[in-house]
Amino acid sequence: MDSRLLQDLKKLLGPDGVLHQPEDLILYEYDGSVELARPTCVVFPRTKEQVLGIVEIAKRHNVPIVGRGAGTGLSGGALARRGGIVAIFSKMNRILEVDVENQRAVVQPGVVNADLSAAVAHTGLHFAPDPSSQKACTIGGNVSENSGGPHTLAYGVTTNHVLELEVVLPTGELIRIGNSALDSPGYDLPGLFVGSEGTLALVTEITVKLTKLPESVKTLLAIFDTLDDTTETVVDITARGITPAACEMLDGYTLRAVEDYVHAGFPVDSAAVLLIDVDGVREGVESQAEEVAEICRAHRAREVRVAKDSRERDLLWKGRKNAFGAVGRLSTTYYVQDGVIPRTKLPATLRRITEISEKYGFPIGNIFHAGDGNLHPLILFDARDESQLKRVIAASDEIIQFCISMGGSITGEHGVGMEKDRLMPLIFSESDLDLMRGVRDAFNPIGLLNPEKIFPNKKGCGEIHIRPMPVAGASRA
Amino acid sequence: MSTASKTVSARLPDIVGATHIDTDPAQLSAYAVDGILPAAAVRPGSREEVAGIIQFAAAEKLGVIASGARTKLGIGLPPTRYDLALDLSRLDRVIAYDPGDLTVSVEAGVPLRKLAAVLAEHRQFLPLAVPYFDRATVGGTIASGVDTPLRQFYGTARDYVLGMEFVIGDGVHAKSGGTVVKNVTGYDLHKLMIGSLGTLGIITRINFKTFPTPVTSRGFVAWFENLDRAIDFRHRVAQSSLTPMTFDIVSPRVAELFAGTIAERNAKAPMPVNVISANHWAVTIGYSGNEKVLARYEADLRRMAAETGAANITAVSSEITAAAFAHKREFLSTALDSSPATSIVKISVLPMRMKEALTAAAKAADANRLPWAVMARSLGPIYFALLPKDKSADSLGQVAAATNQIFAAGSALAANMTIPWCPAEWKTTLKVWGPERADLAQMGKVKKIFDPLGIFSPGRFVGGL
Repeated sequence: MDSRLLQDLKKLLGPDGVLHQPEDLILYEYDGSVELARPTCVVFPRTKEQVLGIVEIAKRHNVPIVGRGAGTGLSGGALARRGGIVAIFSKMNRILEVDVENQRAVVQPGVVNADLSAAVAHTGLHFAPDPSSQKACTIGGNVSENSGGPHTLAYGVTTNHVLELEVVLPTGELIRIGNSALDSPGYDLPGLFVGSEGTLALVTEITVKLTKLPESVKTLLAIFDTLDDTTETVVDITARGITPAACEMLDGYTLRAVEDYVHAGFPVDSAAVLLIDVDGVREGVESQAEEVAEICRAHRAREVRVAKDSRERDLLWKGRKNAFGAVGRLSTTYYVQDGVIPRTKLPATLRRITEISEKYGFPIGNIFHAGDGNLHPLILFDARDESQLKRVIAASDEIIQFCISMGGSITGEHGVGMEKDRLMPLIFSESDLDLMRGVRDAFNPIGLLNPEKIFPNKKGCGEIHIRPMPVAGASRA
Repeated sequence: MSTASKTVSARLPDIVGATHIDTDPAQLSAYAVDGILPAAAVRPGSREEVAGIIQFAAAEKLGVIASGARTKLGIGLPPTRYDLALDLSRLDRVIAYDPGDLTVSVEAGVPLRKLAAVLAEHRQFLPLAVPYFDRATVGGTIASGVDTPLRQFYGTARDYVLGMEFVIGDGVHAKSGGTVVKNVTGYDLHKLMIGSLGTLGIITRINFKTFPTPVTSRGFVAWFENLDRAIDFRHRVAQSSLTPMTFDIVSPRVAELFAGTIAERNAKAPMPVNVISANHWAVTIGYSGNEKVLARYEADLRRMAAETGAANITAVSSEITAAAFAHKREFLSTALDSSPATSIVKISVLPMRMKEALTAAAKAADANRLPWAVMARSLGPIYFALLPKDKSADSLGQVAAATNQIFAAGSALAANMTIPWCPAEWKTTLKVWGPERADLAQMGKVKKIFDPLGIFSPGRFVGGL
């Protein structure tokens, strides 16, 4: 352990701002993915000046820094792959400004996603990106990962709602990019930084758009006896130019787990359901809900229920948002994929996933953002058996390969992180990746920030110039 | 013959074929940027040819400006070097269209009108309702970053461009994003390309999310005695439950611009009478939906307009809305075509500061005896057209004084300000890219990675990038 590094950090942050005992670090060696990496130490900055100070110390000691919010990420983005300092933003969690009339809010990165919407709900506004982990995940993490969520189908993902950022660059500069007023002249730097998975900068302040809450919302639950009918319904809804606020699919396997856990009223004997929100002005919502219901019935939906009040609606959505947790009760571990496909390819892709499940002998639950073609197959396995993990990855790779062959992509909202970097060459050529690495190196020249993420290592090029820290005995609890 | 043109004549025919190269000054005048002519114009027919040309340009350190229909080349500073005009109009294929997925992938040179026709067959469209719509190409529209009245509902290009392919400064072909509607794989480099004025790379392919065409759209226009009341109405509507498709505030003089033959030519239709007024500020709103939704919008808008003291209220039929929309779309082209001296100041503020920003701009123009006309987006971006009578030194003096006063007032309102269009010969005097920017060094880092030799649109962008 590097005692001078710890001394410097404790001097900056106080003794309670730094954790370094192995038993404390265990908490921070994992996130929501199956990846593991133990940091050298964990720090909790309270101010942007402290963030700058941490960067200075890291530079002086030549150790990497990884930013982290609530650690709910699903691709290892907030793990210290090369050891070093994990900077946790949970203490920078103040909503600095709410400007109702201009529909803006300025927040620190550690503000929990759902807290912002809750804080402004009385004004008729909300922060539209709504990841399923929104009760825990932070807006800083959302910015790093460009997070989505069920309602991003109509409202857009995080990048569509971020106007201005204050960031600390790994070179030790505090800068502002973008502007709360629209159309900042010059290159769209917020467009580059949002979704850069913590490889370009540490975010210290975020200006977001707030969105009006819809006047009226209707939630439909369409119940199907076959997977094909369910996916064909989504294809038809999309092709008819209907954009629901959300269009989620839960297959029978996950439904049963969810119902057992949440008791939301999901039919446990069905093949799959669609959970669909339509919203807007009252006069439009009525007819759109009817239109959607008709399409469902045309595709042999056994039943189309409409939530009769907000209590029923909230319960259905609670079921959806807790689905990963519910599945967690069935298996010690699951591996969740995040592939994206054109919506027209949903039926073929779900059929292929079923075949892969049978081929490898792993149960696969599907619970995902059907409306935008963003799959989340959950492959259930036992992590204590190492041979299983290998086969799970092979099964998962087959799913991803199929998504790509359909014209899709490897991650819709979870990020590449340390989980999918090896898959990047399936999407991007070496020259595409070189350009992206060039952009990274322009802002993060010595790889101080979140090293070995997103981009696969180039063999023999030694792209990481900083000292790798020992990763001490990472183990999964 | 210059060295550049000699090299060009010797080498380029091998890459694109001699018939696709112009070196005759008479033909090259069509490619002039701020009065500067290139040594040659070259029209590649494939992305491989684009890459070949850029490799050649990089080796010879030639300044390259890409263009499509050349309708937005007036934006930006005069190029510091301009050897090669890269005309992308032959890259005009729709590469892939999946109507069921609402995604389309096109080459950069596809005309907007051609793409609109392809999408219309499936009752879909792209909200790229930009000035010179009838001629503009997709690539030029995206590279210039010009906004449209439809941003009110659909956002700007960054919200519906899914991915791109482009050739960077060493002649290498690269890409980012993809063709699916949700994707976080790799950096969103395509967002950097939007509005970069061709300074980072040559866009060869753009993937879009498309949108279903609304079945019925209608309009609503309220006239107000003064700006303050118009903005009050704007605030009322913005805070209501309504989500209009377009929502703009226009000044009295716009009526005069729209009544002319230039507007009629650009909009491909005469401006319907009595929609806007030469004596009033007007707030124009477009909305769509089923009959019940349309009725609700009209009723709510009527009520809010009456409550904010509208002098006149007009509910506009679908047909008239379409013609009025085309004029709204063509506001900038109409203002620019009406006089070679027209200078457009873009002032973007938070919505609650629009009243102050517009008042200050009007005061500055009046103080310098300059006629002016305004099209302001409800979201905050304001297009303030200064309309001097000629390009004389006196006019320049007036415009310089007015824009300096506008910038001073706008800075106090934390506005983003530029002068996207003005006469080329004024660009050395006017602050085309507005006040100095603090983030220029960061932009320079991006430029250096994409275009290390500085061959793309040299000197035209913010801070001379």
